Amino acid sequence: MGVKRTYAEINEKIKSGKVVVVTAEEIIGMVKEKGIEKVAEEVDVVTTGTFGPMCSSGAFFNFGHPKPRIKMHRVWMNGVPAYTGIAAVDAYLGATELPDFDPLNSNYPGEFRYGGGHVIEDLVAGKAIKLEATGYGTDCYPRKKIETYITLNDVNEAYLFNPRNAYQNYNVAVNLSEKIIYTYMGTLKPNLGNAHYCSAGQLSPLMNDPYYRTIGIGTRIFLGGGIGYVVWNGTQHSPCGPRGENGVPLGGAGTLAVIGDLKQMNSQWLRGTSYLGYGSTLTVGVGVPIPILDEDMVRFTSVKDEDIFAPIVDYSNDYPNGTGKTLGSVSYAQLKSGFIEVNGREVPTAPLSSYVKAREIAETLKQWIMKGDFLLGEPVQTLPSADSGVALKGLQEKPAP
Amino acid sequence: MAPRKVVLRFPPQIVDKPLIYHLVKDYGLMINVLKANVNPYKEGFMVVEISGEPHQYEQGLNFLRERGVIIDQLSENIVRNTDKCTHCGACTSACPSGALYVSRPSMEVIFDEEKCVVCGVCLKTCPVKAIEVNFNGHGGRSI
Repeated sequence: MGVKRTYAEINEKIKSGKVVVVTAEEIIGMVKEKGIEKVAEEVDVVTTGTFGPMCSSGAFFNFGHPKPRIKMHRVWMNGVPAYTGIAAVDAYLGATELPDFDPLNSNYPGEFRYGGGHVIEDLVAGKAIKLEATGYGTDCYPRKKIETYITLNDVNEAYLFNPRNAYQNYNVAVNLSEKIIYTYMGTLKPNLGNAHYCSAGQLSPLMNDPYYRTIGIGTRIFLGGGIGYVVWNGTQHSPCGPRGENGVPLGGAGTLAVIGDLKQMNSQWLRGTSYLGYGSTLTVGVGVPIPILDEDMVRFTSVKDEDIFAPIVDYSNDYPNGTGKTLGSVSYAQLKSGFIEVNGREVPTAPLSSYVKAREIAETLKQWIMKGDFLLGEPVQTLPSADSGVALKGLQEKPAP
Repeated sequence: MAPRKVVLRFPPQIVDKPLIYHLVKDYGLMINVLKANVNPYKEGFMVVEISGEPHQYEQGLNFLRERGVIIDQLSENIVRNTDKCTHCGACTSACPSGALYVSRPSMEVIFDEEKCVVCGVCLKTCPVKAIEVNFNGHGGRSI
């Protein structure tokens, strides 16, 4: 049976400064050296991290009421429209939103130099941004227009609420066509000129708890350099696909919806990002602590790049047309080596997710926990797992019912 | 003639003169301004790409020299802003000369200036605009 721990016991150890925390990278070597049983006795918490572009991200704001009051019908933040179909001075700014005047892909490939993600980075960096709003005027909200400058300190609430982050595994993107293509997986050269991947692999949160045993609603996390929480499964959460013997999905699977106060975050960990010919987004830093409740959690958290596999997908035809075809599968160890083999050819690889920063996040979270600043949150509800029957649906085109 | 990039420096006393206009009108040259910094009573600075007939190119440049413009061939260099770089690695498969590469096993992105051919592909590829270009040492600019 081996060692057993509860969240309460681990939190007591954190408070008394006796907790033992290692990163998801460090535990690999420890297990190799000492074995699962011994490591389970020693280690209380394993920290993970990932720092990659996460398009399903954004922030809610309450700007406060001006005098006279306005019911904001349209809002722009540094020229980027925010969604205002909620209460009078509330808005949601999405990471991929673009200014009305952006040439988009009309001058192909578009550069998408500034979007919602960049506005969020600027605000978190302490910069003032231009807020413009129009209203149609009501008896209670007579004002029709306002133009002002705001900082993060000026607004009542500003919280990041990302509907889908920290994808558990992802495709490796290649281009089989004869022309260069510009995708959300970066610029892909013709005729298998390169292969792009986007995961921290062995350091990535959901790779280390593949069945979401400890990551659920209420899990306290590192988010954008501050403290955040898992609030739901992310959109497109798809836990029932094929998995390896170690439980790790063989392609994109689980996702997390996360929340956190933007005012305590750091622009180093929330970066406005532009993909040539595709659009703008936000690169988000996420780190999740995983409690070592028993030996199984050591087994899960000691997963290594050699044992995590990702599907190779052609982004010139198979991905856009949804054929479901893959060109094989490769391990993250192969991907990180710089070359993989596809269709008998040696193809150079490049990551889009920063392993260097993922390691830094896992290390930072480890320090927070060791200092006693950060207690583990026990999930009040776990996320749908491999036995849930949850399946990803496509969108059907139907006539009016 | 292939477009040539040059750096033009305008001493304070001629900075208000419409000189570029004459390159277009009198010498039939096509001018693409890449960078400019012009202030009244201060030395002006401009990086331009010029295309046109070779003899007109020479005559046009002589016209500028006669009026006191100092002309240098452009030496550009690519700079990585290490504060902005996230070491994601997206640039490394775009760089044709291997100047930007991932160091293993640390997975850090390294920029080897010696290998850089200043093609500029990385400028648009870098997702966080951490790559900048210097024109003759006149400040950084990310394109």
